[in-house]
Amino acid sequence: MIAWLRRNGLMVYAGLAVAYMLIPIVVIAVFSFGETPKDKLNFTLGGGFTLEYWQHAFKIEELNDSFRTSIKLATFSTLISTAVGTLMAIALVRYQFRGRRLSNLLIVLPMATPEIVLGAALLSMFVNLSVFDLGFQTLLIAHVMFSISFVVVVVRSRLIGFDRRIEEAAADLGATPVQTFRYVTMPLVAPGILAAALLAFALSIDDFVISNFNSGGTVTFPLYVYGVALRGIPVQVNVLATMLFLLTVAAIGLVLWQQRRAERLAAVAAEEKVVPGPVPAAPTPLGG
Amino acid sequence: MLRRRLVPYFLLGPGTIWLVLFFLVPMYFMAELALRSGTVLTGFQFSWEWSNFSDALSENNEQVVRSFYYSGVATLVALLIAYPLAYAIALRAGRWRVLLLFAVIAPFFTTYLIRTIAWKTILYDSGPIVDAFQFLQLIPDDGRLLATQWAVIAGLTYNFLPFMILPIYASIERLDLRMIEAAKDLYASSRQAFLKVTLPLTAPGIVAGVLLTFIPAFGDYVNPLVLGGTNQSMIGNRIQVLYLNEGNYPEAAALSFLMMALILALVVVYIRFAGTEAFMGEEVEET
Repeated sequence: MIAWLRRNGLMVYAGLAVAYMLIPIVVIAVFSFGETPKDKLNFTLGGGFTLEYWQHAFKIEELNDSFRTSIKLATFSTLISTAVGTLMAIALVRYQFRGRRLSNLLIVLPMATPEIVLGAALLSMFVNLSVFDLGFQTLLIAHVMFSISFVVVVVRSRLIGFDRRIEEAAADLGATPVQTFRYVTMPLVAPGILAAALLAFALSIDDFVISNFNSGGTVTFPLYVYGVALRGIPVQVNVLATMLFLLTVAAIGLVLWQQRRAERLAAVAAEEKVVPGPVPAAPTPLGG
Repeated sequence: MLRRRLVPYFLLGPGTIWLVLFFLVPMYFMAELALRSGTVLTGFQFSWEWSNFSDALSENNEQVVRSFYYSGVATLVALLIAYPLAYAIALRAGRWRVLLLFAVIAPFFTTYLIRTIAWKTILYDSGPIVDAFQFLQLIPDDGRLLATQWAVIAGLTYNFLPFMILPIYASIERLDLRMIEAAKDLYASSRQAFLKVTLPLTAPGIVAGVLLTFIPAFGDYVNPLVLGGTNQSMIGNRIQVLYLNEGNYPEAAALSFLMMALILALVVVYIRFAGTEAFMGEEVEET
């Protein structure tokens, strides 16, 4: 027994730690199937099993509205922050220029600032300047602001791992810059950008603290949950949270699969470069 | 040639403008607000009101101490959970690695507020955990976990644990295992090899993890709000109440500003010591 523990103790500990990470998620999912008297979460599983809340997942109008607002907000925020952040990452990895340390600092600071300070500072500005009405637009401004840094970090790490000789190889083989970009650079960098976009989406849909300061009358999904917490949370909240979790897991799976594929492409491309042979007249697209 | 030199600035432009306008400029407005005096009814006038800062500290003394204490304990517990787990995932997990890493970041895919409410369910008064604690006499028969400091600390630990695990995992994964072999060849025991080789080499990951966990835990107000009830509030709760409920903007701004200053000091010390690496991933090779 003791010998076994010595050998496997670390893995047992790791297993327990992982269970600890997963328990709340399991609780959320399990309670979405628990019958409750007033259809509100009441923290015990006395009522038995039911599919009712999954069948009527979209019964509560206010909840649907908040969910829709969150999706819309996250979509816009993701599009803007991914575009802007990707450009910044390209500049930081591919170019030498003055002011790079300052740019790095400007990107790091928002990540190192507690959310409540970000929210409070933005509100301080919004209440001072009458240009901004608190609402969807101020939420969008805030969400893009805190997402940019994370996008830069993710895309940047992908670009650093990028073997630029592959691009040179494509050019050597007669590809125009546009073809190189289309058939070589994009397929290799796309998974990084996709991962960054996913992260930005998750950050936006998850945010409560900063939104609570700058939402005005606009209600996002977390703000709705916060608002009804005192009156009782409808079980449908757990249903939607579980759906969101499953969707995210599926999306992550897709990104991982894409990444594997890109790595295989890179391996193929690297091989093609070292193998001596007749130079093909036309650039071979590296898809397939 | 000049055009080529300008390219990086064009690429950086939009993002930089956004961050300056909506991160740096708001910081200025917050600082300015922190030096005003007045009330919601009369409006707030700028008057170099430095006493806002001392008031913010003295009136919220209790919450400041509590924030240090709770986030400190949560960071320590997170470190104790994270290091062995990261070590196991990086060096022992084999083909389970991707799945375990996935489990580590899984909490991120459920809404922060909702998973904190899930903890409320788990620690509920007549729930199995409380029953077990009562059976073991860790708490009295009518004792509870919710609305105690333990609930808040447990929530903080849980919510920010991935921030501790990921940098430590990265540093262990990058470890050159031949170093450990070399130590053992030179007759170090496993324990000595760990203390003298593995631990020092993964120290940057530990420091990064501690920082990335402590900062959000220190500023958090959701865990004390959901799990702590009325007597467990931290600085974040005070800032929220002062801003959104009491309309005491100057004191709220002063308190936020002090929190920002403290964290900035920690970050600057860290960056001096290790560069922006912890937050940015690996540095670019200078060519």
